[in-house]
Amino acid sequence: MTVVTLASQTDWDGWRRAARSLCARQIVPEAVHWQCDDAQPGLFAGERDGCVDTRNGGLGAIRVPRSFLTLSRMVVCHRDTERFARLYRLLFRLQDEAGLLANATDPDVDWALKCGKAIRRDRHKMHAFVRFRKVGERDGRERFAAWFEPSHRIVELATPFFVRRFPNMDWAILTPDHSAIWQNGALRYASGASRDDVPDADRVEEQWKAYFAAIFNPARLKVQAMTAEMPKKYWRNLPEAALIPELIAGAGQRTTAMRESSVTEPSERSKRMARRR
Amino acid sequence: MFFRARYPDEMAAKTTIEKLKILADAAKYDASCASSGTSKRNAIGTKGLGSTEGMGICHAYAPDGRCISLLKVLLTNFCTFDCRYCVNRVSSNVERARFTPGELVRLTLDFYKRNYIEGLFLSSGIIRSPDYTMEQIVAVARSLREDHGFLGYIHLKSIPEASPELIAEAGRHADRLSINIELPSAIGLQHYAPEKSTQTIRGAMRDVRRGIEDNHEARRSRLIRKAKAPRFAPGGQSTQMIVGADGSDDRQILTSSTSLYGTYKLRRVYYSAYSPIPDASADLPPVRPPLQREHRLYQADWMLRFYGFDVEEIMDGGEQGMLDLAIDPKLAWALAHREWFPVDINRAPRERLLRVPGLGPIAIGKLIKARRFARLRLQDLARLTTSVRKLLPFVEAADWSPGSLTDSPRLAAHITPPAEQLTLF
Repeated sequence: MTVVTLASQTDWDGWRRAARSLCARQIVPEAVHWQCDDAQPGLFAGERDGCVDTRNGGLGAIRVPRSFLTLSRMVVCHRDTERFARLYRLLFRLQDEAGLLANATDPDVDWALKCGKAIRRDRHKMHAFVRFRKVGERDGRERFAAWFEPSHRIVELATPFFVRRFPNMDWAILTPDHSAIWQNGALRYASGASRDDVPDADRVEEQWKAYFAAIFNPARLKVQAMTAEMPKKYWRNLPEAALIPELIAGAGQRTTAMRESSVTEPSERSKRMARRR
Repeated sequence: MFFRARYPDEMAAKTTIEKLKILADAAKYDASCASSGTSKRNAIGTKGLGSTEGMGICHAYAPDGRCISLLKVLLTNFCTFDCRYCVNRVSSNVERARFTPGELVRLTLDFYKRNYIEGLFLSSGIIRSPDYTMEQIVAVARSLREDHGFLGYIHLKSIPEASPELIAEAGRHADRLSINIELPSAIGLQHYAPEKSTQTIRGAMRDVRRGIEDNHEARRSRLIRKAKAPRFAPGGQSTQMIVGADGSDDRQILTSSTSLYGTYKLRRVYYSAYSPIPDASADLPPVRPPLQREHRLYQADWMLRFYGFDVEEIMDGGEQGMLDLAIDPKLAWALAHREWFPVDINRAPRERLLRVPGLGPIAIGKLIKARRFARLRLQDLARLTTSVRKLLPFVEAADWSPGSLTDSPRLAAHITPPAEQLTLF
């Protein structure tokens, strides 16, 4: 049994180097055990136990379609504990079955595509549901912080979007596993943090909540359509979600009131305007 | 004059948040909130903020299930028009408010920086004159783009009667322009919106289409990239039709959509179930919004655009010009055309697979790739779609043939979901 120890839970580079080396030496997937060394990241990466020589990664001609690179990079962020092993099995099989990835009915491919989809969705939801709170200003740059709890380990995958969108603000996105900090045009990653590291209010939130309540049409109540796209697990970090129970509870009564209220006379303004026409 | 005189004393006391409540409430009957399909850009290397990346983002969902992507508000809900279906018509007694352009700019930036929104969707009641109103709308977009380097999404409602110069400027700042056709028929519009005319609305749509096309042409002909022509509504134009306010049937609505998609190259036609509004007009009976009908129209709209159906084929599955509310229009068509089925998933071309109820373009794409590897069985199909059971009567696979099931007279009853139980009243 060959044991590969990766530097972190999302060590795609380490996995790739080890996998190329193993594959070049025809080590079958069943003979490899993959683990992560979270305690001392990077210390023994890929060089313990089974002595996987990652420096000779390029010795054989290991070929994969470009789409596998993109896909495996995503799947590594998934919380599935078997992800490194299953990705290696796919890589191994790809050497004999070049078109394998196009076969969405294959169980390994199906698994990888579904993981990739889950990661893309998680990243999309992070782009959508991060809520910045203003911390202050320094050297003319506004500073913001956000607390977020993604389902998978996607902070590094999701952060470039915020850099492209907000390069001229300083900001930090803190999560339980991992944090991203953008300051004076430089990005760095840090370890996990806690909710208390982020301010608990922002003056604009009252306006945002007023908007959320006003844009809701009580005559069209469809709670399931909302929760399908904005599952409850996200609610505790969305300031506007605190209003949802009362909006739902009041919807029926508001709609009935609208239907039953009698038709009023045209306004004074409109009568005056009608006269002027 | 009239509004200017009234404005200071009536408005002075209202705070931004009070105005926001009134002017978002007044905007919620517009269904569109899309922020997708525009040019890709971001703020790196600029002094501004904002990005668009092709796919829009819904930053929240309201309990009505609708996506909240943009700050969707009116500049003002004062209006000189008297469109019966509209909450803001002049004869309504709703509370009125008006934002200054500066207030809207600040609100948009404050929301955007906190990652609440993708951008702004600005519409307005008609005050003083169409040109005056359009100028105010354009002023907000201009300030966001030029004073603040805002690169997020901007959707502007164009006022059909406004001058072409103003529409052209709106197109330079906006990602999308829209003009609501409101009602599917010219007669309906005449009756319910006396100040609007189908001719003017269509004329404005034609101008926007020309603006977009001229711009594409100009961009293509520039040889040097630096000399780029200014952009013009890269996210295209869209419109909205109100369903259930006038007497139009589904055939008329879908025929109208087909003509709009074809003639003006619209990106989207939105259908908005007429919803009870506060202080409704006397000639519109207060009803429950026909949400199911709206849903079926969206499904039919999808069939027109992505599945290769035409209006008459879709209406085959309905009765007397109305779609079947109990089942989706693609299934309704299939039940009326059993002679097309079963379709062999291992041999049938794409166009034929698109006719199978329960199979969509994405699943079909995967299916066509996968069948190069092996003859597909039902369990393969199960990996590609969400529900194989629904497909059974309509497909043949390596290990499945529906036999007489396809032509069974009881098939419709078997598939149709049980009618919704009536609630006690």
